[in-house]
Amino acid sequence: MNDMTPDRNERKANLKGLGSSRKRVEDLRFTQGKGNYVDDIKLEGMLHGDFVRSPYAHARIKSINTDAAMALDGVLAVLTAKDLEPLGLHWMPTLAGDKQMVLADGKVLFQGQEVAYVVAKDRYIAADGAELVEVEYEELPVLVDPFEALKSDVILREDLDPKADGAHGPRKHHNHIFTWEVGEKEATEQVIDSSDVVAEEMVYYHRTHPCPLETCGCVASMDKVNGKLTLYGTFQAPHAIRTVVSLISGLEEHNIRVISPDIGGGFGNKVGAYPGYVCSVVASIVTGLPVKWVEDRMENLMTTAFARDYWMKGKISATKEGKITGLWCHTTADHGGFDACADPTKFPAGFMNICTGSYDIPTAYLAVDGVYTNKAPGGVAYRCSFRVTEAAYFIERMIEVLAIELNMDAAELRRINFIKQDQFPYTSALGWEYDSGDYHTAWDKALVAVGYDDLRKEQAQRVEDFKAGKTRKLLGIGLTHFTEIVGAGPVKNCDILGLGMFDSCEIRIHPTGSAIARLGTISQGQGHATTFAQILASEIGLPADSITIEEGDTDTAPYGLGTYGSRSTPVAGAATAMAGRKIRAKAQMIAAYMLEVHDDDVEFDVDRFVVKGAPERFKTMKEIAFAAYNQAIPGIEPGLEAVSYYDPPNMTYPFGAYICVMEIDVDTGEHEIRQFYALDDCGTRINPMIIEGQVHGGLTEALAIAMGQEIAYDNMGNVKTGTLMDFFLPTAWETPNYTTDHTTTPSPHHPIGAKGVGESPNVGGVPAFSNAVHDAFRPFGLRQVHMPHDHWRIWKTANDLGLHG
Amino acid sequence: MSGKMQIKLKVNGEDHEFSAEPRELLVHALRERLNLTGSHVGCETGHCGVCTVTLNGKSIKSCTMFVAQADGAELTTVEGMGSPDNLHVLQEAFREHHGLQCGYCTPGMIMRAAKLLEEIPNPTEEQVRFGMAGNLCRCTGYQNIVKSIMAAASEMNSAKEAAQ
Repeated sequence: MNDMTPDRNERKANLKGLGSSRKRVEDLRFTQGKGNYVDDIKLEGMLHGDFVRSPYAHARIKSINTDAAMALDGVLAVLTAKDLEPLGLHWMPTLAGDKQMVLADGKVLFQGQEVAYVVAKDRYIAADGAELVEVEYEELPVLVDPFEALKSDVILREDLDPKADGAHGPRKHHNHIFTWEVGEKEATEQVIDSSDVVAEEMVYYHRTHPCPLETCGCVASMDKVNGKLTLYGTFQAPHAIRTVVSLISGLEEHNIRVISPDIGGGFGNKVGAYPGYVCSVVASIVTGLPVKWVEDRMENLMTTAFARDYWMKGKISATKEGKITGLWCHTTADHGGFDACADPTKFPAGFMNICTGSYDIPTAYLAVDGVYTNKAPGGVAYRCSFRVTEAAYFIERMIEVLAIELNMDAAELRRINFIKQDQFPYTSALGWEYDSGDYHTAWDKALVAVGYDDLRKEQAQRVEDFKAGKTRKLLGIGLTHFTEIVGAGPVKNCDILGLGMFDSCEIRIHPTGSAIARLGTISQGQGHATTFAQILASEIGLPADSITIEEGDTDTAPYGLGTYGSRSTPVAGAATAMAGRKIRAKAQMIAAYMLEVHDDDVEFDVDRFVVKGAPERFKTMKEIAFAAYNQAIPGIEPGLEAVSYYDPPNMTYPFGAYICVMEIDVDTGEHEIRQFYALDDCGTRINPMIIEGQVHGGLTEALAIAMGQEIAYDNMGNVKTGTLMDFFLPTAWETPNYTTDHTTTPSPHHPIGAKGVGESPNVGGVPAFSNAVHDAFRPFGLRQVHMPHDHWRIWKTANDLGLHG
Repeated sequence: MSGKMQIKLKVNGEDHEFSAEPRELLVHALRERLNLTGSHVGCETGHCGVCTVTLNGKSIKSCTMFVAQADGAELTTVEGMGSPDNLHVLQEAFREHHGLQCGYCTPGMIMRAAKLLEEIPNPTEEQVRFGMAGNLCRCTGYQNIVKSIMAAASEMNSAKEAAQ
């Protein structure tokens, strides 16, 4: 049979498998307003919880009086740390090996910290009750600067013995959390000291917040009759939440059912466990009724899950021809009042050691010091695989600064330092094994696509015109070539709270040839119900339209570590393919039996098994599925099911080349994105439509972060950006159109060669936007200014450079 | 709190009457009393637009209106925008052009877009972007939302022409 007969292509197209821009199955209910988000859940007798929060960033609690609140009609309970203490629940473990107060235990460490939890008949009464709780505070000195915190006599964490080690080794100071070192310090310093050219810079990646449009929330429902707790919530990792709830509550894990319903965006905000969840569970156990808690937007921005806040001091050295010889980085990481990072246990600064980026850097050293301050605890990976965003921003800024030092074109500097195609698999100086890449091809394609040489000429002309007084607008060309590390990860080095970071898929084929597959992940908009069915369709030869994907219910789905860090496709996607192959292996035996030939005499062909050399003799997967349930086949159990737990052998390393062309008005500080070109290489592409959508969305989050979004504090520790009035989320009006493109370099170790893409545009987008701003001012001597580049800061940059005359 | 008042609303063609505290937000009345959970809550300050509904012919943010202010009003929510067997053109277009991801902003987007296309039946991309600026999306970067609305406009205009 000719492999490419129309019949075969048609059969392939009918499956809507890998590579199909299949329309999303989720959309029918979402467009009709029939999604089921946590706040849509309504249970009989459901109560509502609300928090009393600290107005101070650092204060001792002298007293809490709940009498007036308890007297309010409709208030059933007010919980404080004293009520939780006998249960051992006034503190809880964080994902980073630290512990965190559930309700303020004697003091508060950040503005907005949870002090008391009011349970009432409806959300309005709960809020009224919270207003009536009287708390007397004694203000303490506030530390918002991590460098000052490391020098200050003020002890933030009085609960910790200042001399005892932390979760990640010795602590140098009472406000110090950990030091994490990777690479060779002395060798790197020697190389840098002896190199022709050295560029040194402090690169700050400011504090920001994932801010999904749906805030965090849960409904806890303790059924006292059968002793089972059901916890619905905005959980990016439902199974991990079940294990955490079991460990801290003492309830046996089989008596806990965690359900993540539809999630209105996550971006890392919904990975961790928050005091609201614990208080709701306790309140439900105490009252015997379901209890709902949903954050408002201020609570979301002020308390749950900030991201970034990394001060990255860097040195990069090169020969005078521009060949990089060494990279040195010291990062001061501001974690706020508790270290509530969501990182694999052995990586207290996540995968920050991917900071050598796309470049062949022979020697490197990274040290990270974690610090406590009077800010909200965290930080999470906001559309990012564990600090990859910080690492990519750092190296892509350092490259630009080095280009200035060398007086070289930054595109050329990148090109001569890229890891070459024949160097893969490539082991970086900081210990990662990059699986595959073809950076030169991607880079050249990008430069040609935007007309790079012409842009540089136009820019030079613009500078001349500006100097001649003919224009007040500058042109910036923001370049980025990023390499990510995603798909955490191999159980040998990646775990969270001791849970290996594998993932899973369980498939049941029904007799009539349709199927259900359940996974340990949970979609928050990524379209898993659509794309995982596509992976399976190609593996098992049943149409994607006949495959239901179900996630997020721990009673039915196999154990998995959830969706974040672009791990769903690399890990759960691999599990799906592997489970599909188990189905196929059994189907092969059934087909051989039906066709009365040996197992080895049949081969898989799109949607069927055919007898080798006799393609007219075949059994379709649909026929095989039925046979699995209606025939007694010697030596083969009835049914057609499989489960796979996939422990990835390595991470995957998506990469991309982004170029942003930006006009900047020197007098107003306003910017206009004239062109944004994004080339992504995420290996095998499952659904191009969804990939493109992910890139658009990630770039817009990057635009926000680079150009205006931040969680800012004043020196009293007040959050200055606690509502959407102050916290920048771009509208359709500010957001440009993007041009997307791709190359395809499959991952050699992933069953279908896919690498993951959801976070790439955020990782690469931020440096592209920021580099465009820097590049516009490069001819006037700018080396480094801190993000976000809002209008005022850009105006100030221009002013500081003397461009306002 | 203080006394309740009697509220009348006509929502998606159906009359409702109930007593509520005047301070109750319209969005909570829709979601919790009438079980119309398609209108969401995202910011409670009127910025994000996930609670957008049509009230007496205008797009409004139902999270910044008290139910008392809406007494006697006629409303349309996303639940009134088509049925499973007969989707609204915008609902079809958003699916066709991948104009949504997590779906949380989608009902508000569709409500606002429907009104926008009544205000400007044949909008330019710039008019769509400006007209939708009261509705935030964190997932899509708007490009496919704009594409969906432009496609819906064109389809609605063709249908109108064919009818004439």
